[in-house]
Amino acid sequence: MSLVRQFREGAVDFFASFGAACLFMLRMLADTPRALLRPGLIFRQVHVVGANSLVLIMMAGLFVGMVLSLQFYNTMAKFGAEQSLGPVVVLALVRELGPVVTALLFAGRAGTALASEIGLMKATEQLAGMEMMAVDPIRYVIVPRFLGAFIAMPLLTAIFNAIAILGAWFVAVQMMGLDGGQFWAPMPDNVDVFDDVLGGVLKSVFFGAAAGLLAVFEGYRAHPTAEGVSRATTRTVVITAMTVLVLDYMLTAMLI
Amino acid sequence: MSNTDVLIEIRGLKYRRGDKIIFDGVDIDIPRGKVIAFMGPSGTGKTTLLRLVTGQLRPDAGTIRIGGEDVVALDRDALYALRRNMGFLFQNGALLTDLSAFENVAFPLREHTDLPDALIRDLVLMKLQAVGLRGAADMMPSELSGGMARRVALARAVIMDPEMIFYDEPFVGLDPISMGQIVRLIKRLNEVLGLTSIVVSHDVPEIASVADRVYLIADGKVVGEGSPRELRDSDSPWVKQFVQGLADGPVPFHYPANDIRDDLLGGEKSP
Repeated sequence: MSLVRQFREGAVDFFASFGAACLFMLRMLADTPRALLRPGLIFRQVHVVGANSLVLIMMAGLFVGMVLSLQFYNTMAKFGAEQSLGPVVVLALVRELGPVVTALLFAGRAGTALASEIGLMKATEQLAGMEMMAVDPIRYVIVPRFLGAFIAMPLLTAIFNAIAILGAWFVAVQMMGLDGGQFWAPMPDNVDVFDDVLGGVLKSVFFGAAAGLLAVFEGYRAHPTAEGVSRATTRTVVITAMTVLVLDYMLTAMLI
Repeated sequence: MSNTDVLIEIRGLKYRRGDKIIFDGVDIDIPRGKVIAFMGPSGTGKTTLLRLVTGQLRPDAGTIRIGGEDVVALDRDALYALRRNMGFLFQNGALLTDLSAFENVAFPLREHTDLPDALIRDLVLMKLQAVGLRGAADMMPSELSGGMARRVALARAVIMDPEMIFYDEPFVGLDPISMGQIVRLIKRLNEVLGLTSIVVSHDVPEIASVADRVYLIADGKVVGEGSPRELRDSDSPWVKQFVQGLADGPVPFHYPANDIRDDLLGGEKSP
């Protein structure tokens, strides 16, 4: 009985939050045209969010590419299929791992920073202060941060992919002794620019929107206390990670 | 008092938070050009009253007219237009932490006007000079002391030359020197700029020295009003308790609770 009730309360809570997030999204979209008139604010956020995550994304990309190449090389060598290693690794990267791992790292690095920054601005009455100065905090603070995350995510994903492919090449060709030509030559026939590469970019666009929305939403509705801000930060990572993984499946199912 | 002299007119204001009634029929007139104080014990909703008047909160009933316009009925754009005429000093200053003191004061000008940089610079430096912090223009908010942050925020609150300014607990947590500086600034700004000032506070001596008229708020109502001198001589038990700082009176020492014998001897665990 109480389990049923708990489940029901959880479900109600979920849908209430989901609805609130959607309304918040609509409000941001309504203010986006006017926020676009201030590109300086948006570029600054792209810079902050992007530079925050850049080194992390590059390191992660390098090692994900390397380990993927190592695993596939050893497995495929058993079947004598190592000449297909290049396309297999690259497909896995640009279609799946690039967008997903970038989004997860982004949530942990930039998403938490955004949520706690906005939460703290709320706790220290900076947002209320702006309202009293007749400056809409949604337009001045929230929308530029959301758009910053939205723009930065595909760029970071592209950088992740590029570095990961170089890492895969390094392991396969330099360490395992695969011929460089064998690594690169099958690419044009097997990796499609539109289906594979742009499909991955499209995913990262959705992930950018989700990660940006959740970070600013959780920050904006945080309780203006130390505990509230810390909860908002945690929720940002957890909910963004779950959302990205669910979205990933749904997008993959639609794109295939 | 003729109607044109009243800048802010509050009638039948009711506001509740959850089950707790904060205001139950409050009527207040705020005359133009004066320093008005809202006083009362902590937790009576003085700050809430400021937020209602400035449209940050919506009352459950009643009207709040500022210069004839009903704040409650205004839409967002009209409210923002009205707020350009208001300065608001938050308790902690609410300075934007990523901007220097100078940029904080310049912020409303940069957002709302197309003035050239040189003019903005002069205006900002003049306001900072007025609060005595021209020398701190390049400091970041984290480097300012509490009193300095509040003075920078005060410079920011008057940078648009507003008609009225609201002070939310401007004396809390300040050392005596900073407190004296703020008291002097409230007085001087009111005279020099021709402002209407509304001060929320519970510091009796400071308010007595700046306010022209005091509204004493307790228990959701206005329980006393008049000049500081009139309040000091008042016979009302509410006013007496507050002005003289008596521990017990109409505002009881004990927060409402069950009979203590029931709680201690009743055997049932307290909730």
